Amino acid sequence: MTAMPSMTFSNIATIFRRELRSYFNSPVAYVVIVVFLAIVGWFFTSNLFLVNIASMRIVFELVPWVFLFFVPAITMRLLAEEQKSGTLELLATKPVRDVEIVLGKFLAAWTLLAAALIPTLIYLITIVVLGSPDIGPVITGYVGLLLMGAVYIAIGLWASSLTENQIVAFILSFLIILAFFMLDKVLIYVPEGLVTTFEFLGIDYHYSNIARGVIDSRNVIYFGSLLGFSLLLATVSLERRKW
Amino acid sequence: MSITVRNLTKVYGEQKAIDDISFDVKTGEILGFLGPNGAGKTTTMKIFTCYMPPTSGTVEVDGLSIYDHSLEVRKKIGYLPEMNPLYLDMNVLDYLEYSARLHGPRGSRMQNRIKEMVHVCGLEEVRHKDIGELSKGYRQRVGLAQAMIHEPEVLILDEPTSGLDPNQIVEIRNLIKHLGIAKTVILSTHILTEVQATCNRVLIINEGKIVADGSPEQLQREFHGAESLTLEIKTDSAEPVAQLLPRLRTLPTITQATLLSQNGPVSRFELHADKGTDIRESVFRLAVAEGWVMLELHRKTTTLEDIFHKLTTS
Repeated sequence: MTAMPSMTFSNIATIFRRELRSYFNSPVAYVVIVVFLAIVGWFFTSNLFLVNIASMRIVFELVPWVFLFFVPAITMRLLAEEQKSGTLELLATKPVRDVEIVLGKFLAAWTLLAAALIPTLIYLITIVVLGSPDIGPVITGYVGLLLMGAVYIAIGLWASSLTENQIVAFILSFLIILAFFMLDKVLIYVPEGLVTTFEFLGIDYHYSNIARGVIDSRNVIYFGSLLGFSLLLATVSLERRKW
Repeated sequence: MSITVRNLTKVYGEQKAIDDISFDVKTGEILGFLGPNGAGKTTTMKIFTCYMPPTSGTVEVDGLSIYDHSLEVRKKIGYLPEMNPLYLDMNVLDYLEYSARLHGPRGSRMQNRIKEMVHVCGLEEVRHKDIGELSKGYRQRVGLAQAMIHEPEVLILDEPTSGLDPNQIVEIRNLIKHLGIAKTVILSTHILTEVQATCNRVLIINEGKIVADGSPEQLQREFHGAESLTLEIKTDSAEPVAQLLPRLRTLPTITQATLLSQNGPVSRFELHADKGTDIRESVFRLAVAEGWVMLELHRKTTTLEDIFHKLTTS
């Protein structure tokens, strides 16, 4: 590898910009964001008016479930389509490293996810107006959602690199994400010796910790390593054309 | 900008797509890569552009190995892949800017270069349109424009005219010729007239091996068979054919003379002579001496089609 660190960032930025623009040029981004907000909004308002609880907790409990569908929907296209249309060949024969392609696309999807979360701040404002919530867990809750989203996107990107078919990519990433999400919810079926391992591997365990306002280095390391590993898998998978 | 290929082999599973090929390409050459479908043309181009590595052998572009200097090699190459894949949801200008940015030129230099390519490739009218709305001919021009956006020293074009109508083919060919000045161009095709029209060197590849290499003229000379002429003459009196043929057979080096058709005083013959001889002058002198009116004299030349057919079917 030749060292040209200055190029690296600009390539990532170029790919990021194209990908983000392509999200907002097509109806997909809008549809997905609207559905996402409709689901979260419906639960939030029914909680607010029917149960009379003004709390962000419902949002932070619900969004991880919505992410199970939301993230595969925004990542399925990313590499599958490039492989199907042949544009990957065009991209990979430009002076761009495979890891730059992966990172640019990852950042674009993550930005879209963050953009989808921004309108939920309206609920926060509502709550602030109605009562006096504890702001600390709200901030860590958002941090948790962003971390969890990042890991999901990296997994989705890997799934998208494995196939030319977007539907297959969607199902694959949904199943992998679901497996990580359910790990700490099936503990009663797990042999006693493995309970702590399963719990530690479960993504929701770490997310819940963070969302409660406890940011432990263990949680951060967990998210960081899962994120790095998934991005690495996606990069390696792009390089498999060379095998 | 030279390209050096040594002992290049690519194996897919059991099948050898390219089998130990070696050749050099020099600056200014427009090399036509010719071969039937599945001969290994696309595979070779994918290796040159660092899309995938060969199983064994080396390729050096301007002395830089595709293994150790992949990014540098890719910077020097402009590539139009087979089927011309494009982002259909981008408009022409955005797409060209995207391609330019990935290659490096920035700022006003980049903008000037984009303007230049839009002009050279005749994209002014469609520059704000989405690529998905463009006709095949325009898409091909966009493909060429992106391949040349960074002023590459080497252009690699995989079937640049496939799927175009005859007018578009002529346009794209002229464009390639015009752009190929002072560059190294490698283009693959299975259209033979294209090679004759654009290339100054031909490489015929079959089943992963090079079977012919040289300029179109060289190949024609090399693979030229026995002389063959068609002759049409008008004789004064309706002479019996039986008397015409023996006289034609007196021509030097002639091996065979046959009557193709006769219509009143007009007779048509096919003449064969030894390889490498030109008997047109003797035919003319004979006609003058005999008092025949020569209506047609045509010398058949070996076409690239003949050579191609001969080399790739056996």
